[in-house]
Amino acid sequence: MNIKLIIAAMLAATSMAAHAGKDMQALMDKAIAESFKPGEGQDLSRLKQDETQMLCSTSRNSPSPKDAEALMTREKATIQYPADGKLMGDWKQGEKLVKSGFGMRIGSIEPDPPAKQKGGNGGNCYACHAVDPKEVAAGNMGPSLTGYGKLRGQGEDIAKYTYEKLYNAQAFVACSNMPRLGHNGILKPAQIADITAYLLSSESPVNK
Amino acid sequence: MKYKAMSLGVALALAVPLAWGEASVEEYRAALADKDANPGLLTIDKGEILFKEKRGPKNASLEKCDFGLGAGKIKGAYAQMPRYFKDTNRVQDVESRLVTCMVKLQGFTEAEVKTHVFADQRSNEGNTDLEALTAYVAYQSNGMEINPPLKHPMEKETLSLGEALFWRRTGPMDFACSTCHAEDGKRIRLQPLLNVLNKKDIQATMGAWPTYRVSHGVVRTMEHRMWDCNWQMRTPDIDYGSPAAVALIAYLTHQASGGVYDLPGMKR
Repeated sequence: MNIKLIIAAMLAATSMAAHAGKDMQALMDKAIAESFKPGEGQDLSRLKQDETQMLCSTSRNSPSPKDAEALMTREKATIQYPADGKLMGDWKQGEKLVKSGFGMRIGSIEPDPPAKQKGGNGGNCYACHAVDPKEVAAGNMGPSLTGYGKLRGQGEDIAKYTYEKLYNAQAFVACSNMPRLGHNGILKPAQIADITAYLLSSESPVNK
Repeated sequence: MKYKAMSLGVALALAVPLAWGEASVEEYRAALADKDANPGLLTIDKGEILFKEKRGPKNASLEKCDFGLGAGKIKGAYAQMPRYFKDTNRVQDVESRLVTCMVKLQGFTEAEVKTHVFADQRSNEGNTDLEALTAYVAYQSNGMEINPPLKHPMEKETLSLGEALFWRRTGPMDFACSTCHAEDGKRIRLQPLLNVLNKKDIQATMGAWPTYRVSHGVVRTMEHRMWDCNWQMRTPDIDYGSPAAVALIAYLTHQASGGVYDLPGMKR
């Protein structure tokens, strides 16, 4: 083997090692920065991860017990309550929010129509959960919520838990698939109270 | 052919809302599997005409385009993509490669080519040129094994990047691709979700794209699927042929290695 070949082989090995050792986070950041363009209707801030999103991504939704504990404590501290303090709102309003999958879609190709935006975002609950037993087109990403209040009653504790779970699911399950509806600004505290009432109230179709 | 395809489309559109039972959903899926009635074949024909037509400032066809097997060799090329290309020094999927060829061979600017990449299903628009060209080139690998190369260091890096991006949660919904596509037997409403980690599942899915989407009335490509999923995740628009889109497609294609292309597919 001549010296040129040896040098070439060493250079090739170095270049391979540089690839294998490259920080994946830096590679991802670069790819994201090059792959989404600023412009009308775009919101590049949505691509910036918070601490929780980053931890759940790198751990593939299985953080260490210590990290999971810190995550849930941090998320719990984000929870805000309605101004009037009532965690059980209007279940009929809640029903509309549970059914609606509208909101938050952006970009230049198919952004939410402005006329519809006035109605506000929905909770999009049926994408993942069975709720009213009469609605058959329910997803199964999350557990069935049919009979939720009938099983659990309407006490203060369950109302508080339900409200808080809806506001920030990751306060209870680290790296839950469920969006942090309140914390991420999809729904307002009063709307979350309405959904809480829809799930708990004995009048609600959920519990019939 | 056209009439048959249209009547099938109408029949499906009418049949679906009538009953949402599991049995009728199954019947619907069986109807979608009828290959001779796939309107995507018309899009492939359109793509062939466009591919061979002299177009652009340089008045050239795309027949000399190199999809990795050499200039003008399109038979089996899609089955071996995404891959590294020396002239652009990056890993490219079929769609970003078509853009490269339309720029280099035909003299279009990249901005011109990418002005309107996807047909707008809201106005019943027909397939765009890029969608038709993609469907045509992909169809030249029909019946072949999904076999993307993994030799060049950048092909390996792109695959790892794609996998990491698959798990990357972001945006107001906290979603990643993996939120919906990493478990068996899951649905959004009544729509079954592909499990990318399940070999059979991902082989069947990747083997059927580009696919005729009945609900859109056009053939859709993987770049559209990447845009659509990102849009549903409430991110900004992912750019056509961008590094992140190509890396995700590379990851999905490698997950499906060993499967067989059965084109054009037909989906909801």
